[in-house]
Amino acid sequence: MTQQNTPDNDATNLADPNTDQSRQGSASQQLPREHHQHHHEHHHDHSHLDDTALRVRSLETLLTQKGYIEPEALNVLIDTYENKVGPRNGAKVIAKAWTNDRYRQWLLSDATAAIASLDFSGRQGEHMVVVENTAQVHNMVVCTLCSCYPWPVLGLPPTWYKSAPYRSRVVIDPASVLAEFGVTLEPHKKITVWDSTAEVRYLVLPERPANSEHLTEEQLAALVTRDAMIGTGLPLDSSLVSL
Amino acid sequence: MDDNNSNSLNASASQLEALAEVASIPRDDNGPVFSQPWQAEAFAMTLTLHAKGLFEWSEWAQCLAEEIKRAQSGGDPDLGDTYYHHWLAALEAIVVAKGVASESQLKQQYVAWDEAAKRTPHGAPIQL
Repeated sequence: MTQQNTPDNDATNLADPNTDQSRQGSASQQLPREHHQHHHEHHHDHSHLDDTALRVRSLETLLTQKGYIEPEALNVLIDTYENKVGPRNGAKVIAKAWTNDRYRQWLLSDATAAIASLDFSGRQGEHMVVVENTAQVHNMVVCTLCSCYPWPVLGLPPTWYKSAPYRSRVVIDPASVLAEFGVTLEPHKKITVWDSTAEVRYLVLPERPANSEHLTEEQLAALVTRDAMIGTGLPLDSSLVSL
Repeated sequence: MDDNNSNSLNASASQLEALAEVASIPRDDNGPVFSQPWQAEAFAMTLTLHAKGLFEWSEWAQCLAEEIKRAQSGGDPDLGDTYYHHWLAALEAIVVAKGVASESQLKQQYVAWDEAAKRTPHGAPIQL
């Protein structure tokens, strides 16, 4: 697969050439939700849950049927911990890219290697691509599958990220989805939506916050939220640093 | 934050104190850490069942310890990466032991979900 991993290139160069899901920028308004475009290692045309997932689902179903758990309440509890999944590796990657231009270039040209160099090993075979927000472009990441999410870097996906309404609406009308997250972009900014697949996972490199020149790499990392790395949010304001 | 929300957070905070009794849970300064979503789901189900009064934490800790011991004697080096597999096994065991569900019911659900997954087009939500 050819990988031309600079964000300025046409989006189609970044993902599998057999898919056109990555070409979901603001220019593409239709809903390309043909799932065979999710290019899986085994080319299954059906889903597969592994043994562990089946056992967890079985428990969840039975406990729900018997009134011991309510899925909604369970999600609230899970959300409480979603920012606590693993170390906040992604934030460290972003902060390093902000402070070290050579690392930034490496990250944009070979994210898998650049991230691995910080000893944040992903799952095997996981190919990371970093897309950079600029004054002209805002990137957002979506996935039709909850498995297409770089856990080791981003932690647990939020519940809404897996919801069907989010997945379809972010493609059709990303600006209104952003507005619901409290993010308003300058009107001229183009929004590009990237669809993660089993083979390619995206990470957004947000713009460095204004007035953050005096901050250390560690302080900068504290400003990087998970949502900023998905593109549904922006980094925190630099005045919020209280280390 | 509304009242409901803070109540649920407070509840989980007290549960987290109870969790301190559970040996070797992977955690950082702020609480438990998970490497995959199913682990958080298994964890959250356990907290919920405890909150419902199904078992005491001491019972849970014992159940989990037995699973870990069993796995170790079966050759698991127990380096931390299998911790939540033990957790899941313990959860299944305690659910059966408390009479909430039988092993055959769990098995039935397992088969039903497996079949549901196989008839679901890739990428679509899997439903029973």
